[in-house]
Amino acid sequence: MKYIDEFRDGTLARGLARSISAEADPARTYRLMEFCGGHTHAIFRYGVQDLMPANVRFVHGPGCPVCVLPMARIDQAIAMAVEHGVTLCTYGDLMRVPASERKSLLKAKAEGADIRMIYSTQDALTIARKAPERQVVLFAIGFETTTPPTAVALKTARAEGLENFSVYCNHVLTPAALGTILAAAKETSGDNAGVQLDGILGPSHVSTVIGSRPYECVPAEFGKPVVIAGFEPLDVMQSALMLIRQINQGQARVENQYTRAVTRDGNLKAQALMAEIFRPRETFEWRGLGFLPGSALRIAEAYAEFDAEQRFPVASNTSREIKGCECPSVLRGVMEPTDCKLFGTVCTPENPMGACMVSSEGACAAYWSYGRFRQPPAAASVDAA
Amino acid sequence: MARHDTQQTPAPRRFAGRLDLEHGTVDMSHGSGGRAMAQLIDELFRVHLENALLAQGNDQALFEPPPGRLVASTDGHVISPLFFPGGDIGALAVHGTVNDVAMAGARPLYLTASFILEEGLPLADLERIVASMGGAARAAGVQVIAGDTKVVERGKGDGCFISTTGIGVVPDGIQISGDRARPGDAILVSGSIGDHGVAILSKRENLGFETEIASDSQSLNDLVAAMIEAVPDIHCLRDPTRGGLATTLNELALQSRVGMQLREPAIPVRAEVSAACELLGLDPLYVANEGKLIAICAGDRAETLLAAMRAHPKGREAAIIGQVVADPHQFVQMETAFGGSRIVDWLAGEQLPRIC
Repeated sequence: MKYIDEFRDGTLARGLARSISAEADPARTYRLMEFCGGHTHAIFRYGVQDLMPANVRFVHGPGCPVCVLPMARIDQAIAMAVEHGVTLCTYGDLMRVPASERKSLLKAKAEGADIRMIYSTQDALTIARKAPERQVVLFAIGFETTTPPTAVALKTARAEGLENFSVYCNHVLTPAALGTILAAAKETSGDNAGVQLDGILGPSHVSTVIGSRPYECVPAEFGKPVVIAGFEPLDVMQSALMLIRQINQGQARVENQYTRAVTRDGNLKAQALMAEIFRPRETFEWRGLGFLPGSALRIAEAYAEFDAEQRFPVASNTSREIKGCECPSVLRGVMEPTDCKLFGTVCTPENPMGACMVSSEGACAAYWSYGRFRQPPAAASVDAA
Repeated sequence: MARHDTQQTPAPRRFAGRLDLEHGTVDMSHGSGGRAMAQLIDELFRVHLENALLAQGNDQALFEPPPGRLVASTDGHVISPLFFPGGDIGALAVHGTVNDVAMAGARPLYLTASFILEEGLPLADLERIVASMGGAARAAGVQVIAGDTKVVERGKGDGCFISTTGIGVVPDGIQISGDRARPGDAILVSGSIGDHGVAILSKRENLGFETEIASDSQSLNDLVAAMIEAVPDIHCLRDPTRGGLATTLNELALQSRVGMQLREPAIPVRAEVSAACELLGLDPLYVANEGKLIAICAGDRAETLLAAMRAHPKGREAAIIGQVVADPHQFVQMETAFGGSRIVDWLAGEQLPRIC
């Protein structure tokens, strides 16, 4: 594939691997957090970790939209479909995420709720147009990457007078989550102790929208370098090398490896669209990170008539994770999936207990699907310790 | 349908008028067991599937079993859409079962077919499906010797479901089974993977992309015959349908209690298929095929088998993609083109529903 294969070239990878080995100081470790699930997936799918020296480790971040969605929001979506009888349109990944009382969207669908799997926001609009007698709700999730398409769907609905369409908005904001992880990293002991990090591989698709500017507070406030990294395996390796160089030189700057798509200011048109249609929420719950102020978006008053939360009010409940599920710690980077007692025993992609095992971008799913042979199961490592 | 040679006057017409194959639709009476059903069978099914055993006209086909070991296999087909680039449900219903029979090294002989039709299905579509089935059966050298038709109310089916059962005979000395892979064996695939799944996806209405990819739906019994002639001691054969190459290899690894080591660059994937998978977030290793097979044989026979496969039109792009290794975990692992390694796990969940 043109423009893809160039970034998956094995010869170039070996060259980069040699540079990384030559430049990484054997006397220290480099803990690099890849923020995005897309990076996690690439690292495992292409075996990038195999090409790294042992003292350069990837720490998996919370950038998997399905994984950070708290259970309560899925419960509410199910309630909309069941209590209000709406047609709920959702992406495939969300279908199997566990909700309360061993429910999931997939099980609710099997029990009769009208839940449809879609591939884009436009599919939801098409469903609404074809069934004017049905109330159609788009279950919108994701970081800044997927927010502009939701905005376009809302504008289209307004322009067409599509009264049976509304959006259940769960869009979240990357900088808030990154700040939380880094603030926790400052705490080195106690309950709030976070994962110790030496550098951040910054989001790729998100940054095409928001630009690299929003990360500039990271070096300033937390003294950590950030390299905006593309999603291809060579992007990941080159970005790791750039981080290692900054760390070696004692520097902390924002650098942009993904220059073919990301600028400092980002996509201004998309940003303007988001500012028109959405407003920041006071607070929003993230699985693993808790309630974070200003970390998510709601639909602005001007579009309130298309806000499913107002049109179809449902009780809000508190999210309670399944007992023993360490998704919250995995999402903060403080635990590896194999540290979880449920990993690979009761929790597998066929029977997920936590969201990180569902999404292909989830760290647990990536460990299980691509890397099982590398790590002994948790029980074995406990015995060894 | 007994005929009396002494009869002087022409037999009275059994039906008032011919089936309207251009504008007519399937209705409940076509499954009622009455005259309308008899007419559908006579004017549509028999026309395209006719053979001496079907012509017996009984509720069963009577035949003498051939000498040797017999195999039987059955397969239901619920694909959506019914017509897709490179095939349709009729041909697929033949290919699917013929291939399952052939994967024992068998020569497929007979098929039976059970149709579940939805009220409202255009008779023109049904005729296209049955004609395609007849063509596929003739091409594969099998006969459809018994059939059944049921009709369900509108909304209770999706146009047409077809179940087929196949019977074949295994040549003497052939012992092909999923539990015979041994460390040191070579793993071969007969051609590019993922074509069928991507062809189906490209026609799903909610995916607005066009590709030039056609399904690989085809019968493989002739390829298998050429393969066992060259290398009679093939250990395993299986067609990687639902779940794709990855899942089928995991099935074989589990059944034979072995591991497998693949080389990613050796696995044939069309550029259009990998591009479509890239866009949709799919992995071609997990995408369905309907006209490809995996073969496992002793390492020292691999080149002979590969040459025989490549000499056949249906195996021209065949490749040796890896080898069987000893592994108590029965993992399928792969050396990536990038230079790392990864596990190739079973498919989890449902990648694409209604694919065959």
